[in-house]
Formats: sequence, structure tokens, C-alpha cells
Amino acid sequence: MSAGSQSIRPGSVQSAHCRYLLRLGDTSLVLGQRLAEWVGHSPALEEDLGLANLSLDLIGQARLLLSYAGELEGQGRGEDALAFLRDAPAFLNLTLAEQPNGDFGRTIVRQCLLDAWQLEVYAALADSTDARLASIAAKAIKETRYHWRFSSGWLVRLGDGTEESHRRVQEPLNELWRFTTELFAADEVEDEVAAAGIAPRLTELQPRWSARIDEVLQEATLVRPAAIPYQWHGKRGVHTEHLGHMLAEMQHLQRTYPGAQW
Amino acid sequence: MSNDWPLYEVFIRSRSGLEHRHVGSLHAADAAMAVEHARDVYTRRQEGVSIWVVRSSDIVASDPNDADALFEPARDKVYRHPTFYAIPDEVKNL
Repeated sequence: MSAGSQSIRPGSVQSAHCRYLLRLGDTSLVLGQRLAEWVGHSPALEEDLGLANLSLDLIGQARLLLSYAGELEGQGRGEDALAFLRDAPAFLNLTLAEQPNGDFGRTIVRQCLLDAWQLEVYAALADSTDARLASIAAKAIKETRYHWRFSSGWLVRLGDGTEESHRRVQEPLNELWRFTTELFAADEVEDEVAAAGIAPRLTELQPRWSARIDEVLQEATLVRPAAIPYQWHGKRGVHTEHLGHMLAEMQHLQRTYPGAQW
Repeated sequence: MSNDWPLYEVFIRSRSGLEHRHVGSLHAADAAMAVEHARDVYTRRQEGVSIWVVRSSDIVASDPNDADALFEPARDKVYRHPTFYAIPDEVKNL
């Protein structure tokens, strides 16, 4: 992997197709990086490896999606240039993905909400008119099924566990729920790729996501928070303060030693 | 946390048709979690197609102190090995 030092030409416009791929890829990359922060810090050796496996799956998805986005962009930026040499406003990940890990319970809540989202998105993308995206989704859906099994299993254990474990997933659920509106709020990018048959309509995915989440919350004896109309815009490049700090660590090596390889 | 969890022994079948082999142990809260942990810990490099787990405390083992009584008597019974037969050249895979 080498990042090189390509920069985007002034005045270039990324197509909706390219931006859509960046949204998917950046969401996987940022979430994967967050999970990687757990390595060496998990509550148990077995969970350490589990979270690292999820992280590696997500970073693998990001590599495929960002490479493809770079080709569509046509500015000579590969996966590494996109991952390591863009600043926060150029990242188009969902705001939920960049939220800090907190404790294990909070990480599990964030993971559950996003796994359920990726399950629906990748399942639908397997039928995309974009054959390359469909094949990426077909690979990713298998990984995501395991991610969901891992995260939902833990959500039920913690929610339906002790008083303390219940509290430590219900509280982050209440706090992170505000970011879920963005998961299904389509804008002109998603409208355009949906019209072209490249991607599903987000509004069609929401009922299935909602039903899946309700089912697991019920089993976990957790209360679904009320909807919050305020919408975040991570996928339009408007992020919470947390992404910049995360990228500082993630990009440090390539920024300090451009093109470093090992 | 993992100190509170019981120990499980893990057996992995590397390919269809082969037997499950003991590969190690891990901690888990219950059997279902042990299977998932085994997947994450012992099959990361495509080591297997099937996983068995069993509570370590459920394994009944021979006592190492009984080794003399259990295994020594077999040492001088060479006639139990089928090595006294002349094998025809035509037989390849015996």
C-alpha cells in the first residue's frame, strides 16, 4: 500500500455514483478504524480478536469501495490516497460511524445500529445494475451477517443481563439514536443512484431495519428511544468533532512520511 | 471478565471428511458464545469448516500418575503391531 501524493485537481466534480461509493466506503473505513482502537483493550482476549476481525472485514470493504470510487473520480487517487490524504470535510461517512467507542456497551450499540443498516444496504446492492458494486456487496453481506450476529448477540446479553449492563447499553442507545435519522435520509446523491438502479431507495430499507432493531431491542429488554428530527450530515462532509481527532491518529504515518510502505 | 467465564475446549474440523481435532481452549460465558469465540480465535486463517466446543470441566481424563499402569504394559507387546506380514508388491496403499 502506498499513498503517493496525488491531489485532486481544482474544479473537479465527483459524480453521484462516486460520492455514493465514498459514503459506503468511508462508513466502513471509519467504523473499522474505531473498532481497531479496541485492539489490546477489549474486556477479554476473545473479544479483542472478535472486534479485530470485524475491523479487518470493514477495512477490506473500504479498500474495495474506495479503490472503485477513486477510479470513477478519475483524478488518480487510489484507496490509500483517499483514506490517508483527505481531511475530515472530504469524508462522507455516516455520522454514527465516527462516534467514539466509549465502553464496550456503547461500542456494541453503535455496531448493532450500523450492522443492521449495512445488512439491508448490502442485500439490496447485490442486485445493483452496477455489477462491480454488486460483487463487492455480495462479499460484504456474508461478513456483515456475522457482524450482526456478534453485535446483536452482545446487545441481548448486556441488555438482558444485570442492572448495570442494562444501563450501560440503554444509555448509549438513547444517546446514539439521534444519529440514526441520517441512515435513511436520502438526498440528491442517493436519489440519483437509486434512479439509475445502482442503489436501493433508502426509504424502502427503513421498515426492515426498524423491524430488525425492534426485535433485538425487545429481546434485550431495551426501550427504543423516540425519534429525533434533527439530522446530521456526515455523508455530506459535515462531521462531529470526533472525526478529526480519529483521522489525526489514522493518518499520522502517511502525513508524516508520505508514501511510507512496509 | 474472562476469569469469570468457564473454560471450553475447542475442536476444529479442517476439511470435510477429516475428524475434528483439538486445537486449544478459550473462555466464554456459555456454549453459544464459545462457538463464536472459537470462530474468531481459531479459524481466522481458514483453519476449519466445523467447530465443536465442550466445557473443559466435562472432559474426563486419565490420571498422569496412572501412566505406568495404563500404558507401560503395551510396550512389550510388539506382536500387536501388524508388522509381521509380508505385503505383496501389488498393494500400494497400506
